[in-house]
Amino acid sequence: MSDKTTPSNNSFLNDAGNRALIFQILLLAMVVFAGYYLFSNLQANLDNRGISTGFSFFNEPAGFPILIHLIEYTEANTYGRAFVVALINTFVISLLGIILATIIGVIMGLARLSKNWLVARLATVYIETLRNIPLLLQMFFWYFAVLAALPAPRNSYEFADFLLNKRGIYSPNPISQDGFGLVIFGFILSLVASIGLIIWAKKRQTRTGLWFPAYWSSLGVIVGITFIFLAIAGFPIEFDLPQKSRFNVTGGMVLPPEFVAVLVALSTYTGAFIAEIVRAGILSVNWGQTEAARSLGLRDNLTQRLIVLPQALRVIIPPLTSQYLNLAKNSSLGAAIAYPELVAVVMGTTLNQTGQAIETIGLCMLVYGSLSLSISVFMNWYNNKMSLIER
Amino acid sequence: MKSNVGKLLSTAAIAATISAGAAASTLEDVKAKGFVQCGVSTGVPGFSNADDKGNWSGIDVDACRAVSSAIFGDPQKVKFTPLSAKERFTALQSGEIDILARNTTWTYTRDASLGLDFTAVNFYDGQGFMVRKDLGVESAMDLDGATVCTEQGTTTELNMADFFRKNKLSYVPVVVQKADEALAAYDSGRCDVYTTDKSGLAAHRTKLADPSAHVILPETISKEPLGPVVRHGDNQWKDIVTWSMFVQVNAEEMGISSKNVAKIKKETNDPGIKRLLGVEGDMGAQLELPADWAYNVIAKVGNYGEVFERNVGPSTPVDLPRGLNALWTEAGGIMYAPPVR
Repeated sequence: MSDKTTPSNNSFLNDAGNRALIFQILLLAMVVFAGYYLFSNLQANLDNRGISTGFSFFNEPAGFPILIHLIEYTEANTYGRAFVVALINTFVISLLGIILATIIGVIMGLARLSKNWLVARLATVYIETLRNIPLLLQMFFWYFAVLAALPAPRNSYEFADFLLNKRGIYSPNPISQDGFGLVIFGFILSLVASIGLIIWAKKRQTRTGLWFPAYWSSLGVIVGITFIFLAIAGFPIEFDLPQKSRFNVTGGMVLPPEFVAVLVALSTYTGAFIAEIVRAGILSVNWGQTEAARSLGLRDNLTQRLIVLPQALRVIIPPLTSQYLNLAKNSSLGAAIAYPELVAVVMGTTLNQTGQAIETIGLCMLVYGSLSLSISVFMNWYNNKMSLIER
Repeated sequence: MKSNVGKLLSTAAIAATISAGAAASTLEDVKAKGFVQCGVSTGVPGFSNADDKGNWSGIDVDACRAVSSAIFGDPQKVKFTPLSAKERFTALQSGEIDILARNTTWTYTRDASLGLDFTAVNFYDGQGFMVRKDLGVESAMDLDGATVCTEQGTTTELNMADFFRKNKLSYVPVVVQKADEALAAYDSGRCDVYTTDKSGLAAHRTKLADPSAHVILPETISKEPLGPVVRHGDNQWKDIVTWSMFVQVNAEEMGISSKNVAKIKKETNDPGIKRLLGVEGDMGAQLELPADWAYNVIAKVGNYGEVFERNVGPSTPVDLPRGLNALWTEAGGIMYAPPVR
């Protein structure tokens, strides 16, 4: 770059660009060397100690049970299948946790800004308490406190056909009978109809300015049409009711306390952080925007929905992404209270039965890495969509 | 700048050669650092448990103290690393500890594929079930539909699954990461049954709010030979740990205890006892140990019977009968050690 002004120093090494390149190549070489050294050292040590390596154990029968499995799983299935079961459990708790934490966070964030003194103080107490207690402690609290408070299966609380006891929440399990296909057809039909309704309402509003309650009426359309088809098919559903047996409750569907405790702990903890993010986002929108909206004659809830929230979202989304990532990673703490997620099943039982520490831990790191990256990618896409479009 | 990079590369190369040559004998390493690093449980009364002052005691702890006595003539030259079930093998494989004495079951897979060697059996155990007395359960075959709590990452998990499958009984597994929390879940009523090795059941029962309200069912559903584990490949170290255990069994068989060993050493005419206590022959040198190493083990830690009585015997809260762990010369016992010769 500068070689024209100083022709006497025109050597290869004196060029700033060349030098920068050389140092970058050297740095890269060192990183590659360090990585190669660590890897080959690991390989050599594993060989020396006669520890078998590889993922072939994935095809062997696992032999251990898993409490919560959303796909078919028995002890005779393979370690690979157990891994998938654990993966689904991690995804489910993360997804539900994110949804619940967002709902709690938005409500609590708005509550803390409320003009009602009591509501605002209660929200403050909630946020400050839950943000400042370690999550693991909260999980133990929900697990053992809930277990201690509930009755044994024999003395279950009963509401209609629902049972509540130390072993979980039991509900009737719907089992579809002949003719259920007709109901599914009706449900899909109602979905299509409601989407059509929403599109029509939007078009009409842009054309005439007249507003139509499209979302509420489409809910009515879905429920109504599905119910009509249910009636036509003669209600082809039977319920498997939970029954008290000698030890437990048999039949029905069960929500185990481990699942509930992890979900409650994750969503209330992260919800407290989200509440503060939401509050900060709303406060960041200039008061003049609200005043301008009011002078145009917009009601309070429309001011919030159409003017304040869309602008607040730009501030909210980036830190919200971090909270979602935290929640997904924190779900690994569920292992402590017997929720069979990835860390419990793969890094706990599978590692111990097979002794493949490097493989199982590497696999878990890969899964959490990709889970976090996908959340990140989705949130970045959403952030771009929401960001200010400059013209 | 360039020369700095060169230095870095050469230090990295030196580091590579050092770590490649680091696998000297464990005995030399232990002698050099002056203590035995022993991996134990996070708290199983009678096996390895720390009191409020941090003093460890138990059968597994005594296995490490015996090795320390054999090498240094002092049972206190041991440092303990408490490990959960799932951490234990990695800690030993990586060289963080020298001996793993953590009520660990000797199984084929563990011996063959983990790069580990089992040394000897210091406790013959078997898995059992504990239930509340008021459930009125008398046999494990009555457990159809029960919820079962257990600790994660042990042979217990697999034995439990095998038992219920074999007998076509349904059950709900609750597998908790640490033993204490598994027990707390059982105590709080999450489970009907708590399952682990029978010795563990007896030990954990002492921690429950009301120990007398719980009963251990008669069935033993598995063989659980427990013993200290060492890294594969250092045969000398393995022999030291193995024979530290064997001399304790031999001592009990010969009627030598920590109380009479000094007297017997002076007075005996029995060549077998003289060999054992290092008065005659050169038994110590074969393992690079002091000539009186076995004498030290017996004098400082005691014979196997003493270790058993002190830690888990009927006079302790754990209150286990000798059972299979009696000497082979007694009814029902299988504890047997090869001769010192």
